[in-house]
Amino acid sequence: MPPLEIGPEDWLAIGLTARLAAVTLVVLFAIGTPLAWWLSRSRSAVAGLVSALVAMPLVLPPTVLGFYLLVLLGPRGPIGELTQSLGLGTLPFTFSGLVVASTVFSLPFVVQPLQASFSALGERMLEAAATLRAGPIDTFIHVVLPLCRPGFLSAAVLGFAHTVGEFGVVLMMGGNIPGKTQVLSIAIYNRVEAFEYAHAHVLAGGLLVFSFVSLLALQWFNRGRGGSRLVGGDA
Amino acid sequence: MSRVEARFLLRRNGGFTLDIALSLPATGVSVLFGPSGCGKTTVLRCLAGLARAETGRLAIGDSCWQDSARGIWLPTHRRPIGYVFQEASLFPHLSVAGNLAFARRRGEQPGGSDAELIALLGLGPLLDRRPGSLSGGERQRVAIARALATGPRVLLMDEPLAALDAGRKAEILPYLEQLHAELSIPMIYVTHSMDEVVRLADWLVAMEGGRSVASGPVAEVLVDLDSPLARADEASVALDARVVGHDSDYGLSKLDIGGIELWMAGLERPVGSALRIRIHARDVSLALYRPDGSSITNILPSVIEAIAGAGDHQCIVKLRMGNGARLLARITRRSRDLLGLTAGAVVYAQIKGVVPIN
Repeated sequence: MPPLEIGPEDWLAIGLTARLAAVTLVVLFAIGTPLAWWLSRSRSAVAGLVSALVAMPLVLPPTVLGFYLLVLLGPRGPIGELTQSLGLGTLPFTFSGLVVASTVFSLPFVVQPLQASFSALGERMLEAAATLRAGPIDTFIHVVLPLCRPGFLSAAVLGFAHTVGEFGVVLMMGGNIPGKTQVLSIAIYNRVEAFEYAHAHVLAGGLLVFSFVSLLALQWFNRGRGGSRLVGGDA
Repeated sequence: MSRVEARFLLRRNGGFTLDIALSLPATGVSVLFGPSGCGKTTVLRCLAGLARAETGRLAIGDSCWQDSARGIWLPTHRRPIGYVFQEASLFPHLSVAGNLAFARRRGEQPGGSDAELIALLGLGPLLDRRPGSLSGGERQRVAIARALATGPRVLLMDEPLAALDAGRKAEILPYLEQLHAELSIPMIYVTHSMDEVVRLADWLVAMEGGRSVASGPVAEVLVDLDSPLARADEASVALDARVVGHDSDYGLSKLDIGGIELWMAGLERPVGSALRIRIHARDVSLALYRPDGSSITNILPSVIEAIAGAGDHQCIVKLRMGNGARLLARITRRSRDLLGLTAGAVVYAQIKGVVPIN
């Protein structure tokens, strides 16, 4: 058995994966927070439609999603033509392309916990804040954020971990360029293909432990204080 | 002064229509009274801007908060109001002091210092506690202080006692009476409890089915035979009285109500203290001649002002006592006919029960 060590190529993959997950998480919150807010407040039919669309990645095989993203974003696709005409080139086989794909793929993991948390908050807290002269943004920062902290935390952990763990979508979007689009899950795949099982163990085991610890920490936090806080008191 | 002038027209999908015009005094407590579903809470929400009447006009003093004809609409967070919900609705992530500070930081003008509010509502020992660890009554006191901490021009209260049990109600009512005595801003108070009406109201608006059916000073509305209040089972009058003497042998206190003497049992108050009493219409019976040998102590000569039917077989009689104050008596239709009672007749009102209300 060769010594179990992580080579420079692995570090590239790990760094790229962390960067991808972090950037994606920022984009996810930027899009997911207003989207989840709207879904939790709206009773329109359109909201139901959007809700179903957002949840699609939960049931679709990642290859299907990746395939259609490739078609849409590719040089002949409508979005690809748009990005080209804007002088941005095409997104597949680039880091930005991975961010777009990961965002679509991980969206339900951010939107659903946030939406559940916003719904549980109810109208009353917002009305109480308004009667105390707090405007909408003031209310969001000083009432919604602290009361929905468990929801935001769940969304962050799930969104990040899910992006770290994705494989099919990245593969379809051209993610096998070392240092550019080769993320951890693909590096593991490459090791296994090359029968470097011991090496694959190090990376796969590391990912396993990372995922488990993240979820465990989330459980502890939400159980310990966040959960009881949101429910506690009279809503 | 900030008189409240409002006109709301609002149609709900379920067929409910609110159609009301209000003109409430600039001081004291105005009570919106009515059965559940009559729209009284909706009126309060329209005043606060939490609900929006499609056609509406609302002015407090010289500032206009809504005028649908001119396209004026002030959102809730720009209205200088204090609002107390039926459930206290405190922020669970903040302590009592944190809840007060939240309001204080956002208020325009200071509405009495924190120390004054804390003393007024007895919050001293609670400041570091979280809302989750407070009793229902304590939470409601914090909610009232929080509403006042923004320095509002009008205090709106939506059945603040309805979610509390009798013990907690009794604990809060003295604080509300204290507010009544000390607040310089008008208070608009929604309730379906007649007890709270007679304890707190200066001005009364009786509502039914989205409309106002009677409004005016509480003493007048309570005895207005056109209002549903005078015909209700719990119809009564509220009178201001003063203790002028005691008969300790019999455990009776002598009260003075504007020149008329009344005896009352079981009242342990010093001579000179003031109180409000309530006399239920069902506790008053009528006789044509001053009864001899009656067990009833309080017998007052009165003049019948008006008689109205109440239910199928009963009547409500409005009486004017010697001092000009009004009294209601609930009698059967049969008695009215047997005694030949008509407006203008002189009768003797026999008062069986007098209840103190504070």
